Amino acid sequence: MVSEITPDLVRHLGVLARIQLSDEEVERLTGQLDVIVDNIAKVSEVATPDIAATSHPIALQNVFRPDEVGDLLTPAQVLQNAPEAADGRFRVTAILGEEQ
Amino acid sequence: MAKDALMDFDKALELFEPVLGFEVHVELNTETKMFSAAANPANSANHAAGPNTLVAPVDMGLPGALPVVNETAVRYSISLGLALGCSIAPSSRFARKNYFYPDLGKNYQISQYDEPIAFEGHVDVELADGTIVPVPIERAHMEEDAGKLTHVGGATGRIQGAEYSLVDYNRAGVPLVEIVTKPIYGTEHRAPDVAKAYVQTIRDIVLSLGISDARMERGNLRCDANVSLRPRGQEKLGTRTETKNVNSMRSVERAVRYEIQRQAAILAAGGKITQETRHWHEDTGTTSPGRPKSDADDYRYFPEPDLLPVVPAPELIEQLRGALPEPPAARRRRLKAEWGFTDLEFQDVVNGGLLAEVEATVAAGAAPASARKWWTGELTRIANATSAEGTGREASDLATPAQVAELQLLIDEGTLTDKLARQVLEGVVAGEGSPKDVVAARGLAVVSDDGALIAAIDEALASQPDVLEKIRDGKVQAAGAIIGAVMKAMKGQADAARVRELVLERAAQ
Amino acid sequence: MTDLTKLSAAALADKLASREVSSVEATRAHLDRIAAVDGDIHAFLHVSERALDVAAGIDTRRAAGEQLGPLAGVPLAIKDVLVTTDMPSTSGSKILEGYMSPFDATVVARARVAGLVPLGKTNMDEFAMGSSTEHSAYGPTRNPWDLERIPGGSGGGSAAAVAAFEAPLALGSDTGGSIRQPAHVTGTVGMKPTYGGVSRYGAIALASSLDQVGPVTRTVLDAGLLHDVIGGHDPHDSTSLAEAWPSFAAAAREGATGDALKGLRVGVIKELPDSGFQAGVSESFRAALDAMQAHGAEIVEISAPHFEYGVAAYYLVLPAEASSNLAKFDSVRFGMRVDVPGGTVEDVMAATRDAGFGDEVKRRIILGTYALSAGYYDAYYGSAQKVRTLIQRDFDEAFAQVDVIATPSAPTTAFKLGEKIDDPLQMYLNDVTTIPANLAGVPGISIPSGLAAEDGLPVGIQFLAPAREDARLYRVGAALEAVLLDEWGGPLLDRAPMLDSMGGAR
Ligand SMILES: [Mg+2]
Ligand SMILES: [Zn+2]
Repeated sequence: MVSEITPDLVRHLGVLARIQLSDEEVERLTGQLDVIVDNIAKVSEVATPDIAATSHPIALQNVFRPDEVGDLLTPAQVLQNAPEAADGRFRVTAILGEEQ
Repeated sequence: MAKDALMDFDKALELFEPVLGFEVHVELNTETKMFSAAANPANSANHAAGPNTLVAPVDMGLPGALPVVNETAVRYSISLGLALGCSIAPSSRFARKNYFYPDLGKNYQISQYDEPIAFEGHVDVELADGTIVPVPIERAHMEEDAGKLTHVGGATGRIQGAEYSLVDYNRAGVPLVEIVTKPIYGTEHRAPDVAKAYVQTIRDIVLSLGISDARMERGNLRCDANVSLRPRGQEKLGTRTETKNVNSMRSVERAVRYEIQRQAAILAAGGKITQETRHWHEDTGTTSPGRPKSDADDYRYFPEPDLLPVVPAPELIEQLRGALPEPPAARRRRLKAEWGFTDLEFQDVVNGGLLAEVEATVAAGAAPASARKWWTGELTRIANATSAEGTGREASDLATPAQVAELQLLIDEGTLTDKLARQVLEGVVAGEGSPKDVVAARGLAVVSDDGALIAAIDEALASQPDVLEKIRDGKVQAAGAIIGAVMKAMKGQADAARVRELVLERAAQ
Repeated sequence: MTDLTKLSAAALADKLASREVSSVEATRAHLDRIAAVDGDIHAFLHVSERALDVAAGIDTRRAAGEQLGPLAGVPLAIKDVLVTTDMPSTSGSKILEGYMSPFDATVVARARVAGLVPLGKTNMDEFAMGSSTEHSAYGPTRNPWDLERIPGGSGGGSAAAVAAFEAPLALGSDTGGSIRQPAHVTGTVGMKPTYGGVSRYGAIALASSLDQVGPVTRTVLDAGLLHDVIGGHDPHDSTSLAEAWPSFAAAAREGATGDALKGLRVGVIKELPDSGFQAGVSESFRAALDAMQAHGAEIVEISAPHFEYGVAAYYLVLPAEASSNLAKFDSVRFGMRVDVPGGTVEDVMAATRDAGFGDEVKRRIILGTYALSAGYYDAYYGSAQKVRTLIQRDFDEAFAQVDVIATPSAPTTAFKLGEKIDDPLQMYLNDVTTIPANLAGVPGISIPSGLAAEDGLPVGIQFLAPAREDARLYRVGAALEAVLLDEWGGPLLDRAPMLDSMGGAR
């Protein structure tokens, strides 16, 4: 199987995963992922279209919660681990780009 | 920011056919959130909560927290799907939509992707002139809202140029239903009207189902409008833009009109439309580009392993179908007949998106004509004024039907004159409470105590003996001067007709 | 007086109930033991300052005549993957250093209600990613049998703590073997319940569809007693099973009487490769099977043709889910923040995640991001989920023929620290026998089967049962345990060479 893992792909994955990878990390990960992916790609050998995917090991359905208030945190609890807070809110530095 | 070139609207329609599409997010007014038992700020009972006071562990993505689906939110979603004429999926499931943003506690949104709860429906949208436009619905799916960011330090309070941002997770996890239309063809010059009427119709539906407070200024109902143009005779769809943040019905109409004019100018000049999200600016009535779509928009959807499939029992679906309110078009025909409005009067109500308000006001005891008058008259006038100020509130956001009915009752029983009532309404809009509260606080009731009126009349007659003479001589119109003086002394809080009666009575003695 | 740390939890609980021993005495004995040996072992990341107070509270309640649960007053070590309100919860990561949870994990809350005394938080591979505990951001844990060797992982801290008599009981979590493989290499007992049998609420998620919390102990009965405390339906976990469970302690007691092996059909997987398995591991496994056969069990060869795809499927499902679960560690609401002067919040997040996550975590997040990204989903994540279906079918067919399946718990005995750390693929192959249970959701238990002839290190035998048949594993495990104890003349851990020499002098 031709390798799909390139340094550019790893760098792009780092952007998607919000991890600032150094050049050294990119290079190392490219080599390691290449070996790993070669080994795990074999799942597609047996995963034929007629087989259903299992996303939950034990099949359940319709697990619901009654619409009743509970589990509230106090504002102090909400903020208790905040790296930075102001006005009862979490403070973060400038956001690049636009609102979603 | 450079000003966009705009083509005349009629000219644009000559050259191009507009194709529309909408994504409307409806916040459900359940007691608790979609996946946590925190109280729901989209329920008016919790609207005024302080920042980060309505937060459960899962809403802020605390380590170890897990989501559990709100049963009521599922029922509401099924009802909404049915009201949109959709099929309800025998089995639907949640997925994770992965992207990083500080308002998203887990850095993924739990949404539905390949298996939405409702799909393939349509709604009939009625325009002001009675034309019915069928809008095809692709899907309606359940998801959760994100938290709220406040941008601090920039000149505009916008994200650009802000120094830092503050995050409040109260809204994180509010139950949403996202309604996605298919492309809407053939709207032509009525495209902006269809846009507005579509949002009005969705609002009517969710209000009549009682599943959302549907207050657009609070973001209970949010519309993203997709617009593309294609040259006349061309089959292939043009490149579309998605305008976000359109938070009033009037703005939906304006935003669609703006995009048609803007895109037409670019295309006619040989330019290309960039596929992008654009932001609507209420203050300037313009749109501006957001982030262009890029390959960073790889949301890596996968089935949410913490949640199980939703498999509604057929009996539940039938029970909810049986409980649906009548469709909006039928409802409108019925209400118009019941209220006895002329075409013009009824259109006024519909155009203002005030059908539900008038209906509720009538239900609260006001006469239909009075209810209409308040909503399409005074309240709409105030709303338009707020729009000019850039605060952009809808008439429906200014007062509740119960308040309007109470106001009319105060007039009907003689406590208020029309003029006083308008002052009381201002107090209500300013948040001073119910009409009765405002009357009490501002001391605005009509002086109905004849003793106080007679004292003022006698004083006025004594100070203007010449006028008294004229009245006694039968020149009744001279009484106007006395009535004016008395009204002034009463600070306007008197019934002028009663004053007139008493003036004539006292002058004759 | 007997050394309280050498008692099983069941035996200690008896002495507590009869008030022969107080919880304060028992707790102090374990705290002393931790003080004496944990400098070498490094099983604990945090030792509770409150343990003696909690123990005194239990003693007071008992003295007042209050009816307490069977394990009341018994000390408990808690894997750091479980959040606790009174101790930091880091999941072995720098990114969560000092993190204090405003709520307890359900299993911790239940343990508190049952009167267990939390001793501290145990070391683990960062975010439970690993098979050696070498990937802890706070330094490795060492195997009490040989301090140069790994204690298994990710729950090496919990296994080492019970093996070194620092705690009679511990909680673990098992995503691909993190309870069972450490039990195998430390000569202890580890049970991964049926998926949904124990609440995941408050377990810092690694891979949501694979994670399961369970007991780590020195005896099968102790595991059953702890499982009885922590198990059962939790409305905070949507995947929690709603049914009532039998008493697992009762099942273990029943098994220990010996009848459980009579007529028991034990499946042995024919495809499980002999290559890659250490000779002493295979020998110990076969000897245990012989012992079972001698007590009336029937050994049946079964086929599980898709198990060979298990490791590949696992290393797609796990990283994919983990890449999403670990996105919350972004410097905004909790945890580490690395400031980037002049940077945007995106830069801060990316720098924090680079500095806060170790190499193995980054490797798996990048791998998972890849497996889920547009264009690769069907080939990787989608296919891996289909392999789960195939493995479940293998289990269904096997359990039509046998009552339990037996395998060695892992291919080798404890390897040396550093031996595999630079070869992720070799490390991943450690989990070949434990992974299928997580992919299919079935329960699995590892109990000591003996020592490997060539290195004298412990070996475990794993039993697997159909979903929801956890009680069967306690019966069978306790039965074999009784047979082997008879054969050995005492617990395997009595033969651990390091433990006796590790006195307070060090
Ligand atoms: Mg959308
Ligand atoms: Zn949405």
